[in-house]
Amino acid sequence: MPCINYTAKCFAQNIPHAKILSIDVSAVRRLPGVAAVLTAADIPGSKTFGIVTKNQQVLVSDKARYLGDGIVLIAAETREIAGRALRHISVSYRQLPVLSSPDEAMKPEAPSIHEGSNIFSHHKVRKGDVESGFSQADILLERRYQTQHIEHSYLEPEAVLAEPDEQGGVRITGSVQNLFSTRRSVAEVLNLDLAQVQIKQATLGGSFGGKDEASTLLCCRAALLTMATGRPVKMVNSREESMLESYKRHPYNMEYKLGAKRDGTPTAFEIRCIADGGAYASTSAFVTWRSVVQATGPYRCKNVKTDTLAVYTNNNYTGAMRGFGSPQVCFASETLMDELAEKLQMDPLTLRLKVVFRDGDVTATGQKLRHKVSLIEVLNEVAGISDFARKWGQNRNERRKAYPVKKGIGLACSYRGVSLGAEGADAAGVIVSVQTDGSLIVSSGLTDMGQGAQTAIAQIAAEVLGISLARVRFLNTNTSRVPDSGPTVASRTTIMGGSAAKSAAEKVLTAMKPVAAHLIDADNPENIVVQKNHFIDAETGRKVTFSRVADACFQRGVSLFGFGWFKSPKTTWDEETGRGDAYFTFVYGANVAEVEVDTETGKVKVSKFYAAHEVGRAINRAMVEGQIYGGVAMGLGYGLLEEFNFNQGSPTALNFDEYLLATALDVPQVECRIVENPDPVGPFGAKSIGEPANEIAAPAIINAIANATGKRIYQLPANLEQVLLGHKLAGSGARGSENFLG
Amino acid sequence: MKTIKIQLLVNNNEYEVSVSPNETLLDILRERLGLTGTKRGCEIGECGACTVVMNGEAVNSCLILAPQADGSKIMTVEGLMRNGEYHPLQQSFLNHDAVHCGFCTPGMLMSAYVLLQQKQNPTETGIKQAIAGNLCRCTGYQQIVEAIGDVGKKGETD
Repeated sequence: MPCINYTAKCFAQNIPHAKILSIDVSAVRRLPGVAAVLTAADIPGSKTFGIVTKNQQVLVSDKARYLGDGIVLIAAETREIAGRALRHISVSYRQLPVLSSPDEAMKPEAPSIHEGSNIFSHHKVRKGDVESGFSQADILLERRYQTQHIEHSYLEPEAVLAEPDEQGGVRITGSVQNLFSTRRSVAEVLNLDLAQVQIKQATLGGSFGGKDEASTLLCCRAALLTMATGRPVKMVNSREESMLESYKRHPYNMEYKLGAKRDGTPTAFEIRCIADGGAYASTSAFVTWRSVVQATGPYRCKNVKTDTLAVYTNNNYTGAMRGFGSPQVCFASETLMDELAEKLQMDPLTLRLKVVFRDGDVTATGQKLRHKVSLIEVLNEVAGISDFARKWGQNRNERRKAYPVKKGIGLACSYRGVSLGAEGADAAGVIVSVQTDGSLIVSSGLTDMGQGAQTAIAQIAAEVLGISLARVRFLNTNTSRVPDSGPTVASRTTIMGGSAAKSAAEKVLTAMKPVAAHLIDADNPENIVVQKNHFIDAETGRKVTFSRVADACFQRGVSLFGFGWFKSPKTTWDEETGRGDAYFTFVYGANVAEVEVDTETGKVKVSKFYAAHEVGRAINRAMVEGQIYGGVAMGLGYGLLEEFNFNQGSPTALNFDEYLLATALDVPQVECRIVENPDPVGPFGAKSIGEPANEIAAPAIINAIANATGKRIYQLPANLEQVLLGHKLAGSGARGSENFLG
Repeated sequence: MKTIKIQLLVNNNEYEVSVSPNETLLDILRERLGLTGTKRGCEIGECGACTVVMNGEAVNSCLILAPQADGSKIMTVEGLMRNGEYHPLQQSFLNHDAVHCGFCTPGMLMSAYVLLQQKQNPTETGIKQAIAGNLCRCTGYQQIVEAIGDVGKKGETD
């Protein structure tokens, strides 16, 4: 059957919040060239999906909650017919008040976007007694911070191909980040067993947390069209559809109150963060949980009270994006710490060196840090390579004289929990299959989105078996071939997938060693080592090639197949007391930005950047550096350029003409230092880098702007008007991208 | 819709294609000629993922209507390899780990190819200017700039 290449979606046009009174698609059904027309009524199984709360609709039938909600799905033989068919759909609505911010949605008179309160998640951390902490303070700082919606901006828009399989199931190949949660949703929507739904990962053109529900939605829809037509269906989002429909990074409104002694010691933190969750639950409950754990930053303090809330609005829903609740609180805590230094007339480095966590310290959640705490090390590294202290003092002294361009240097640091932590089940599997010629096939339930997961996992398996990477083939993930390994998120791939790969490869090695011993007359298989594609008897030096041993194993009926399963060490969390051992280990980072601020235009140029990150152990240095460079560039966008704005629930930009990403000309040279303190849990000591590399670039830049100008910025991004005027320009409406919906 | 016949020389292969007046060069390359190395990222000439070489210049193929390309000499990323060997730029991208997700890579290679055709041993700023129209969300550009610079230094321009 020929593939259907053209599909169209009818969105809730210009009405972000509406009761749907009727949907009439009868005229579309009569159009020649239309292969299928589907509404929610045509969904055989569950009409909703979601990772935490299943309240996102595959197609809406009763109520539209944001402009990206789809109402009717069309499959057609040509693009023109698909487009024309949209005009024959008739939907009648009753408009509901648009709740365009958490402030509006939290008002008592605000209508419920779903059932019950619009506040749908609330986490807390409680430690000591903040009132007594504040009473011991010599200095009090109370500040409000605001961050913006961020679009993931993976360069490849979401794309999937669904095909009917021979036994009544469906096969989907696509640009999907989390194959197993997507499979669960597709199976529920189609009313099929998990075993009947196969999702194959296509090479992903970037994701950054973004191709989770956004791709799940596309997979569910393509699968529905495939089942309705019996034909393969390709669905590819245009950039405008992608930006309109997909979730964003949460904007936060944050209130921070910090008490400190004259020597800099914090005595109490009181923090309240309100996240705009948008139209659906998505992963907000997990995102805001990471925020509540990490909100104070890596600072010793006996008294902490933190609350994070997520609130429904009629904006795009918000979910996972690289950082996952940390970039927001890092911006607040790190710029607040700089302000404290200023008030105390200390330099920001000295203050941090004095108050950051050290080995054995206890975090805000009451967790004792039992691993090597590398904060002092990363701070000293980054300060050393950037000559921070001298430049910071010099810029400050020359601030008045320099005109119009003033120079600044800024510092930020962070600690970050590795992997999912107490968010949920945390385990992953890897299959290592040695072929009879000694080559190796590795497959895993975790996906490569461009971050290098396949290389890192393959390298670990190859290292254990002593073979060269060239002989390893890594298969793209396929849900029918590997066990559910949870999501590829939370910078967990190297530590979780890598540990599973190590265990799988060790199993095969253990099976192969006795055969190798026999081939080279070794007395004791224990003495055999693997190196450069050979098994070598350490006692006699006799050796045999890996390929020959593989073949001999096959001839003797010895299994060359290894399966490794790694379950993370225990973590705990008590929602009631707001305490627990949230993560099984942490990574540490420190960044320094140098800027030139043009005080006549507000233009900020980042002229140089320095990053030091502790990663446990670097499995692949070039890849770690690549993650740092990319993380810094994305953090620069967060700090200076990017904002996905809404006007009454309507996005003001839907493409890269007005949603600004950093170009090669915006990103400075980044000098990085990788600090290695191997972690006992990680494979060969490795931990993670993907997200830590992204979370502190923005505050380092904002602190550098303050060093240059003496003025603080409390709202991201630090665009021209923020820097020049100190506030956002009001109104944004009419200037947005042309409405592609026509 | 009325169709127009156009002639294209793509990667040294001659093609005659009947196109609709509203089809773009990008549509033709991907959907008619099966040259899917050229990527569709934004369709408004902002991201550069669809960059190809047209008559010696780097262009966004999403902004060229197919009839405008009639009689043109086009090179896409598929045309970079020489006798089954990677082009020095491709090899250098691999050496420098400049390919992360890979979606921007074809466009980057095309912009870099034209730069090196027009300028020997370009400066870092020159390289950054040449790829300023190619967005990359993964790499932060550093490894890409280094990869191009390395080829420029060695003078391996074609």
